[in-house]
Formats: sequence, C-alpha cells, structure tokens
Amino acid sequence: MPEGVLKIEASDSSLQAVDALEAAFGVGSERIDVLTQRRARQDLRRQIALLEKRLGELFASVFPRQGMDWTVGAIGGPRVLGVAELERVRDALAARFREAQAELGRRGQIEEQNRGLVEAMIAEPQRYRWVRVSNQDVGEPGCQHWHSRPRWGILGMLLGWWRVKLSSGCPLAKGPRPQQTGT
Amino acid sequence: MGDEAVPEAGWVAPELREEFPGLALRYLLIEHGSGRAPRQVKKRLEALSNRFSGPQAIHLRHQPIPWAYRVFYRHIGLDPDEQQTPVEAVALERMKRGGFISRSLLDDALTIAIIESGVAMRAFDAGRVEGRLGIRQTESGEGLEGRPGELPPGTLVIADEARPLGLLFGATAAGRGVQPRTARMLLAAVQVKGVPEIAVEEAIWLAADVMRS
Repeated sequence: MPEGVLKIEASDSSLQAVDALEAAFGVGSERIDVLTQRRARQDLRRQIALLEKRLGELFASVFPRQGMDWTVGAIGGPRVLGVAELERVRDALAARFREAQAELGRRGQIEEQNRGLVEAMIAEPQRYRWVRVSNQDVGEPGCQHWHSRPRWGILGMLLGWWRVKLSSGCPLAKGPRPQQTGT
Repeated sequence: MGDEAVPEAGWVAPELREEFPGLALRYLLIEHGSGRAPRQVKKRLEALSNRFSGPQAIHLRHQPIPWAYRVFYRHIGLDPDEQQTPVEAVALERMKRGGFISRSLLDDALTIAIIESGVAMRAFDAGRVEGRLGIRQTESGEGLEGRPGELPPGTLVIADEARPLGLLFGATAAGRGVQPRTARMLLAAVQVKGVPEIAVEEAIWLAADVMRS
C-alpha cells in the first residue's frame, strides 16, 4: 500500500485527506507504472531467454547443413532496453525460429527423398546411370558420395554392367602445415 | 593485494542491479604485466586446441554459461551472432586458424580461462584505474577515451570511480587496457544471470595461474 494512503487513514481533516489522496495517487500511480514496466521487461527477458534456448538447440540440430541465416539483428547497445525494444527482439527471435524450423523441415523432406533415391540406386543402378548423391544431399557430415557408374568403364557401359560406388571420403588436407607452438 | 588474493567484488549501479539481477563484476589485481608467453603456456594452449573441436564449437550456444551470455547480449540490445560473446569469439578464432594461436602471456591467459570456464574476461591497466571497478550507465556528456564523440546516455560501461574504462562487452578506452609498459593489471570477469559464482572464481583463478607461470 502506498505511504500516502496510510496517511489519509490517520488524518481527521477532510481537506488534508484530499491533499493526501492526490499526493498518494500521484506518487502511487507513477510507482505502479514503474513496477508494471519493470515486470513487463522481466517477462519479455524470460521469453527472449526461452527463444534463444530453442534457437540454440535448433542451430545444433541443423549441423552440418549450411547456408541458413541465424542473425536476428541488434537493436543497438549495450544499454537497458525498453518494453517496445524488448518486444522487437522477442518478435525477431520468434520469427527467426519459425523460419529456421520451416527451412529445416523443407530440407528434411528433400533429404528424405535423396535417401530414397540412394536406396533405389543401389537396388537398380542401371536405372540411375551417372546419378550422384552426396552426403550433403542427405544431411550427413563428410564428403562421401554415391555414384552410379559402369563397371570396367566403356565395356560396362556397352554391356549394361552398372553399379553404385561409394567414394572413400574427404580429400587429404593440403597446403602448409599449421604453425607449431612451443618448439 | 597479491596474486593469491581473493577476487574483489566490483560495484553495480543500483538501477542496474534491479534491472539485471545476477549482473556482477569480479576482479583481481595481478602484480605484473604481460609479455611473451613461456613455453609451458604455449604447450597448454596447443593441448587446448587439440581438445577443442568443431562439434564443441557448434554445441557451445546451448551450454548453460555461453547461453547465459547470449541471452544477456539480447537483453542489452546486442546480437551475439554479429558481435560474438567472448567464448564464441575465441572458439570461432580456433576454427578459423586451426588452433589457439599464442599472442602474449595475457592474451593466452584470457583464452585459456575463457575456453575452460565460458566466462567473459578482460584486463585493465591497474596503474590507470582510480578506485574500485564497477558497472554503470553513462551520463550525458560522457565518452570513451580514444573514441570520437560522446557515448549515448545510458550506455552500459565498466568504469572506475572516475570514468568509463570500456563498453560492457565492447571496446576498451584508449590507454586503459594492458600495454607493453603495464606493470600491474586487473583481471576482470563479468557475471550475468545464469553464470554460477564458482565459474567466475575459476575463470579468474585460471587466468591468474597462467599469468604467474
């Protein structure tokens, strides 16, 4: 209860009571406003923390897929943000989360189709001549790829001897050795 | 205060304490400057490079401490994907360069402490600090030395009792950071909500331990 209201209860004079009431409501409403604003900010900060957590989990689950946008944009700081600014941050995070989720879903469907294609290629390589599917196409890390190609080169091509070859992986690292420390 | 001393608690302006419960600053005085890192520190950095790999970097942002800093960045209007949190900046550097590269004793100490603990750390020249360190908002007319113009009022800064020493999670004022002629330094850790006290103490202790080596 605001201090001014307590003063009204203790006073006998009606005039004094009116003055005290005005003072009480003036100060009180300001104080209530400050507290409401602060509570709103705290609530928005909680929502931002939750969205950031979900976005982080989604980011980790997306790996090794690349080319997705994760930036939300800075409001400008470092400073204490107001309610409207925190709302903007929250809304931008929520929008980014939804977009990332939708993009992941879309890519997931394509990857599923590609996994089906690999299975079909292995079952009937001659039907998928020269088709090549990489790990990236099925959402897996690494540089392997499945490639439908003829056995024994041109002879296999003429005789229809097709097979799916799985490449051995990423090429070996090239270039100068990294700088050695402590030697 | 010697190297074995307990980290001192910095002040936080009352309005910020109310607005950001959990925001704190801890710092420790180290009685010597930086310089070249000795061989054992370089070896330690090399070992850390081997222990820290890509998958760890990917999963950083949903580990409790790095996540807490990301959230705080959002709360104060920064985008942690544009301006990385200290631990993410160090991890990104590791990924780009293929290892943690030794630069100086202080830089190596901070790298080791930040990667091991996840806590945001930085250092100031103790000879150029007046009084205790703390976190506050700037007032009208205040600026950061070496930076043209004034800072917008309400900018969050790490300050001593006389002036801002640097932006919170940003640039340090010219001449207030550790330089080759620095003889004594302050190792400071910024704690935010969600970062346990023990992690902050460990970070300062780790950095101080490397500085003493």
